[in-house]
Amino acid sequence: MHLSHDVGVWIAALLTLGIFSFLYKDNPAYKLCEHLFVGISAGYYVVLNYYSVVKPNLLDPLFHDFGGDRHYLLLIPLALGILLFSRFFPKGGWLSRWSIALILGVYPALRITGFGQGDFVEQVHGTMLPLWVPGHLGTTIGNWFLIVGLLSTLVFFFFSKEHKGALGGTARLGVYFLMVSFGASYGYTVMARISLLIGRVMFLLHDWLGVLHL
Amino acid sequence: MSPSLSALRYLDRRWIFLAIGLLVVVPLLTGFHIAPVKPSPPSRGFFNAIERQPAGATVLLAGDYDPGTIAENYPMQLAAVRHLMARNIKIVAVELYPGGPPLTDRVLHIAGEEYHKREGYDYVNLGFKSGNEVVMSQMGSSIPRTFPADRRGVPVSQIPVMKGVENFGQIGLLVSISAGFPGTKEWVQQIVSRYHVPMIAGVTAVSAPEYYPYLQAGQLQGLLGGMAGAAEYEVLVNHPGLATHGMDAQSLAHVFIAFMILLGNLAALPQRSAEKR
Repeated sequence: MHLSHDVGVWIAALLTLGIFSFLYKDNPAYKLCEHLFVGISAGYYVVLNYYSVVKPNLLDPLFHDFGGDRHYLLLIPLALGILLFSRFFPKGGWLSRWSIALILGVYPALRITGFGQGDFVEQVHGTMLPLWVPGHLGTTIGNWFLIVGLLSTLVFFFFSKEHKGALGGTARLGVYFLMVSFGASYGYTVMARISLLIGRVMFLLHDWLGVLHL
Repeated sequence: MSPSLSALRYLDRRWIFLAIGLLVVVPLLTGFHIAPVKPSPPSRGFFNAIERQPAGATVLLAGDYDPGTIAENYPMQLAAVRHLMARNIKIVAVELYPGGPPLTDRVLHIAGEEYHKREGYDYVNLGFKSGNEVVMSQMGSSIPRTFPADRRGVPVSQIPVMKGVENFGQIGLLVSISAGFPGTKEWVQQIVSRYHVPMIAGVTAVSAPEYYPYLQAGQLQGLLGGMAGAAEYEVLVNHPGLATHGMDAQSLAHVFIAFMILLGNLAALPQRSAEKR
């Protein structure tokens, strides 16, 4: 057993145990860790944003190379950024709407085009598969599964007609495919949560207590 | 139904927490071993995509995760960086998660020392930028304009590894290590479909099912899903690490949870029958 001599490791280990104590029941140690996390995260995020974004992308070009590479154009985002703070003043709060309008205009457009290209078109393209692949029975069966699963699941989400007869049967098949996908997602979720626990236990046993040798 | 099975419905959940805890701690301490890790086709795809890169190529490493998912993302990022450095591939790292930069720094420095690589010459960490998809989109126009300096504050114009790197035209492969949003999905939507850059991803298990359609459609060339994916990749690069060591504890915990699900359903049967009646 080789206990860590690093103060940072001790703090992290005690905070981990404090958070784990919630598994028994809610308690002041858990609350303390939770509040520390929220406060430190907020402070870290502000400082990180200043040194990673505001300073190199806005202030440095404006104050050190104003004329070069049309950096003076950065005055526009600077002004729009300042306008966002007008929300703190009830009378001038409406000024922030210009900045928000720009964000609302650009961001959804970027996401919609990304979704259209990356998800919609490419995914439809990905389902255009041969239903008979000579010499590859496994691929043939897999392609059939994918296409039948896709179509039946789409039918399940078709609500313009009552799910009866052939439509109802196909929709029911779609439900089974959905069930399988939910099961797979749940399995992966379990794996994720156990992995996180293993990670913390490894930290406690290896980095802190020194009883685990990797 | 036996009374003892019905009593399970009122079992204090803390007993289950304790059992899971023991099933994780005991195998780690005793070195209990169930079965060897066998790489799956998605993990092989990840490995092969890096193998296809020629020595001297430049790869963009997106470390979009934070300490919350270290157990899953850190081992896969470390294994990927070791693999890239062993093949003499240059690494340009960026992060869209605020908590990501120190973790990627750590990975690059550990692997850099092992493979005698120099910061700035063989690899660089350009750090964090807020803006999610906007950052990705702007990188398509100009990476140096989006990231004017690296994590240490050195201007990109003075970083040898960034010489000639203007946009995705000079990037041979995009390696996304992702914990969620913004991450793999957004890189696929914004970069792969627009600039046709080959991409591989290492993701958390909870988000992995979301990315299999991308793998099937060829938008991703390889995928590592959670700790299991990381362990498979560690086996492929012949460098067993944190993920491989955790897999036996993971397997035991899974068996226990599957058993509890079965038991819970059996215990709930009488109640369901009564409700139907």
